[in-house]
Amino acid sequence: MKVSYQWLQEYLDLPEKPADLAERIARISVDINDVYSPSDGLTKLVVGHVDSIKPHPDSDHLTLCQVNIGTADDVQIVCGAPNIAAAKNVIVALPGARIGNNIKIKRSKMRGELSEGMICALQEIGFGEQIAPKAYEEGIWFLPAEATPGEPVFPYLGMDDTIIDTDVTPNRGDMFSMLGNVNDIAAFYGLTSKFKPLLVQESADQQTADLVSVQIDDKKIAPTYKMRVISDVQIKDSPLWLQIRLWNAGIRPINNVVDVTNYILLKYGQPLHSFDYDKLPAKNIGVRFAQQDEPFVTLDENKRDLSSDDVVVTAGDHPVALAGTMGGLETAISNQTTSVALESAIFDPVLIRKQARRHDLHSESSSRFERGINPETSEIALNEAAQLIAQLGTGKVATGIVTGSQKPATPIEISLTLARINHVLGTELSAVEVQDIFERLAFKCINNDDTFLVSVPARRWDISIEADLLEEIARIYGYDKIPSTLPAQTSNIGGLSQQQKWVRASRHVLEGLGLNQAISYSLTTVTEAQQFEIKRHATPMELDYPMSQDHVATRMSLISGLLTDLAYNTARKQVDVSLYEQGRIFVPVGKNKRPQEQEHIAGAITGQFSAKTWHHEAQMADFYLIKGIVAQYLANMAVKNAVSYVASNERSEMHPGRTANIFVGETLVGYVGQIHPQTAKQYKIGATYVFELNLDKIMAEPKKPRHYQMISKYPTITRDIALLVDENITNESILDVINDKGGAYLTDVTLFDVYEGSHLPAHKKSLAYTLTYQDKEGTLVEEKVNQAFDKVIKQLMDKLNVEVR
Amino acid sequence: MGLKDKLDQLRQQGLTEVKASSDLNKINDIRVKMLGKKGPITEVLRGMRELSAEERPKIGQFANEVRDDLTNAIEAKRSELEQAKINAQLEHEKLDVTLPGNTVPQGQPHVIQQIIDQLVDLFIGMGYEVAIGDEVEEDHYNFEMLNLPKDHPARDMQDTFYVTPEILMRTQTSPMQARMLEQHDFTKGPLKMVSPGKVYRRDTDDATHSHQFHQVEGMVIGKHITMADLKGTLEVVAQELFGDELDVRLRPSYFPFTEPSVEADITCFNCHGRGCAICKQTGWIEVLGAGMTHPNVLKMASVDPEVYGGFAFGLGPDRFAMLKYGVEDIRDFYQNDVRFLTQFNQKG
Repeated sequence: MKVSYQWLQEYLDLPEKPADLAERIARISVDINDVYSPSDGLTKLVVGHVDSIKPHPDSDHLTLCQVNIGTADDVQIVCGAPNIAAAKNVIVALPGARIGNNIKIKRSKMRGELSEGMICALQEIGFGEQIAPKAYEEGIWFLPAEATPGEPVFPYLGMDDTIIDTDVTPNRGDMFSMLGNVNDIAAFYGLTSKFKPLLVQESADQQTADLVSVQIDDKKIAPTYKMRVISDVQIKDSPLWLQIRLWNAGIRPINNVVDVTNYILLKYGQPLHSFDYDKLPAKNIGVRFAQQDEPFVTLDENKRDLSSDDVVVTAGDHPVALAGTMGGLETAISNQTTSVALESAIFDPVLIRKQARRHDLHSESSSRFERGINPETSEIALNEAAQLIAQLGTGKVATGIVTGSQKPATPIEISLTLARINHVLGTELSAVEVQDIFERLAFKCINNDDTFLVSVPARRWDISIEADLLEEIARIYGYDKIPSTLPAQTSNIGGLSQQQKWVRASRHVLEGLGLNQAISYSLTTVTEAQQFEIKRHATPMELDYPMSQDHVATRMSLISGLLTDLAYNTARKQVDVSLYEQGRIFVPVGKNKRPQEQEHIAGAITGQFSAKTWHHEAQMADFYLIKGIVAQYLANMAVKNAVSYVASNERSEMHPGRTANIFVGETLVGYVGQIHPQTAKQYKIGATYVFELNLDKIMAEPKKPRHYQMISKYPTITRDIALLVDENITNESILDVINDKGGAYLTDVTLFDVYEGSHLPAHKKSLAYTLTYQDKEGTLVEEKVNQAFDKVIKQLMDKLNVEVR
Repeated sequence: MGLKDKLDQLRQQGLTEVKASSDLNKINDIRVKMLGKKGPITEVLRGMRELSAEERPKIGQFANEVRDDLTNAIEAKRSELEQAKINAQLEHEKLDVTLPGNTVPQGQPHVIQQIIDQLVDLFIGMGYEVAIGDEVEEDHYNFEMLNLPKDHPARDMQDTFYVTPEILMRTQTSPMQARMLEQHDFTKGPLKMVSPGKVYRRDTDDATHSHQFHQVEGMVIGKHITMADLKGTLEVVAQELFGDELDVRLRPSYFPFTEPSVEADITCFNCHGRGCAICKQTGWIEVLGAGMTHPNVLKMASVDPEVYGGFAFGLGPDRFAMLKYGVEDIRDFYQNDVRFLTQFNQKG
């Protein structure tokens, strides 16, 4: 709410300047969006008196004005406004002035005529188009006749005020009114409030009850509904003081009736609605749910089809207002209005909130109804509004209020003890201090042996339980004064679970191996969500009402997100990228059930893994690089069962000849490989190598024991062997034979060369291995090694038809 | 010429040759030539048998002296030449040490992960356990158990991605409060937990909004946990992240699951409270929301609010990272430009 400092000053002798007051409000009540003066950034704007005008000799729409700006001689200003007139006070921007949008005004010539400044409209000095009164939309604004030429214009327009723009939380609906602000500010400064209502003077000529009747059948939807009628009203502009109150609060002045309802809304937080009494189709007023598809035209001239959840105010069962949200066009106040039916009501907050959302009609009224209304002031506000309308429109207020319903305004009683207060807040408050806080808040408080019985007035409907009172005590006492401690020593042992340790270790390993951690979006397109799954599932989980078509479904693999990241990089000429991601994927398990969430870890590498430099060649991403990373990672995860890589040509997004499923024992835990060139093309990325592992599965695998293996002091003996084999013989099949038949002393087999090329017969390749032998118990003799080596060679020749080169 | 003179002459000749020689081969030649079995000194000594028994030991001793002198001179020269050779080689091997070293690939943790890990480690040090929740939640835990019934206006503060009326993308990590409260065995002591993770809001992505971001939820519930404890804890967090010269200010706020509720601001680290564009001239920067756990939240999880109470807080790692590093666009975190990711490589 835009709270006027000057208006506050009417009720309170404020001891601090606006900025300090705002800081105080922030610390004690509600957050502050902004503190500003409407005149911020504006200079050299003075009152000018137009002494005479004549048409510009060389223009059909410009006027030459002789303007008294408080100096000895009048100055000439060229003005284009159609409503310019002599003998009026106007806003003059002098040469050198800054006006709205930081525009600087200079002395200039307009079609040959000197113009010593500019005569301004409100919109030109910072007023929003939606706030400046509509009547002056096309022209300049006239200042009051008593304004003194040459003086700054700001005080005449309320622009010397300071506005404290508060951000009202949903619980503090009371802070949506001057009254609520006054109460809170008075509480923390310990001030006496001068806030008082204007009393109504009723006309004995008419009884309200003779003019209208109100029947509220469902008191839940309208707990309070009251009405007054003011007759013989003249519709005109409101006095300037009232317009200033409204425009400084961001509300456009319209006429003396509507403005009064808005003024009362600001003052009490009680929204009012004014009907043109004579246009009400009947004089019996009610509130009911709308019928489905019931048509209704609101005063913004929109024809709306209502739903059966909408609440309408009716006259003779005919809708005349969308309750608490917007009035109807038919019964709106116009210049012809002479009698006003004035409604002061409380509607159900939830219904109004939903209605405002449904119709996208968030108004000053609806935002207040949503947060709740003070039942103490519904009638006071109605009386004051009726009185003001009568005063400003020279009308008469009929005698009596017609009441259809009345929400009780009884205080809530809550008891709490001093011990409890200090126990929860960690303070050492005394009973006197607590008593003082409640007195400042004007809550009745009886202290009986350090147990306080507190009566919370209905104006603070946010307070209903002990914890709410604790908050009142804490904030008025001051959060700054609450001590800072840490929870007393407890036996809790903090730490990560074993699973969390493995997840963290996984990240560290992959970073150590050169991959950067990415965090991508979990929500993606349906197509991408189901790509690259380790195991195929049905369709992904989809959102009911997504915000954008790029984020519709929950991912079922991490790779598609990483490829989206690579595409983003590639589009920005970053073609060497190595990423990994650790996160959840979502496997649907049936309608109306939460999906199974799995922890996964995945990587993607494209371009140079290690850049070429003056000193070494580039290391390009390839299958064996990424496989090496996966192998090292799995080694670090120390799974007990054997890891195997099995060629897979069944993954449609993957290269059929360059993809391996990864098994730990018999369990499929993921895969590694190159993405299919067509997939790469779809993503607009280069050749890319990826892996994805189901981390949950890996963590569930039995682990190797954490045992040190003694390093043998006996020497090793090595033998190299180069084998010529058919091209379809795999490394794994050779290793199987060597490991199986290598004998007791074989400790290691390392592939050190692979050769395919012109020096070999067609469809053959050469694989070369180093076999390492060691006897852990003693020194190995050559003879034993030779025997074992010969045996392996023979087995390889027999089983795989190899040729020893 | 007597043997002694001969030996003396040999010594002079040898020393001169050693002195004049400039390579290691030549030194070796001299050694072989002078001191070898067929060398002149051996030769001279062979003539000793013709000497008297009296003179023999004297000459013998002298011969040994000559041999030692030569040996020492040769060794000294050899050492000198070897040193020179090594020096020459070292000179030859000299590098331009200002040329860059090799590029050794090293991956970096994501900046948000770094913030989360920093926070998690801080809380572990204070005895908190870490609980990871699901990202797809039930309306029941995300809202209702947190004192947010279906028609609560505060639900409008959080636009939600619903999957069904009862299943949604969690809008906050707070559902872990309710789940942990239900699980915790209070006979074993207070509950102290943090729960980091991704959350989702139905928002249009722009520089300051993201439909996906992170939170770290925290909660402490016990028999004597006070608002002063909350304040102290929040100060520790703020100072861990932003430095201990900054002040922390608590303001009233509103969350349905805490009462009293507060928001914590820190002194603007950019202007130190004087007011600047980053803090919108207020001197303060809002960093987190917190409060004393609402009795309804405890009740709904079958924890007696008359006996137990405590606090909860929600931290925003994305916002922290933006503040700490001056990141201006929240989308940078999720687009993963490698030039962005690799910048955050400072360790420790």
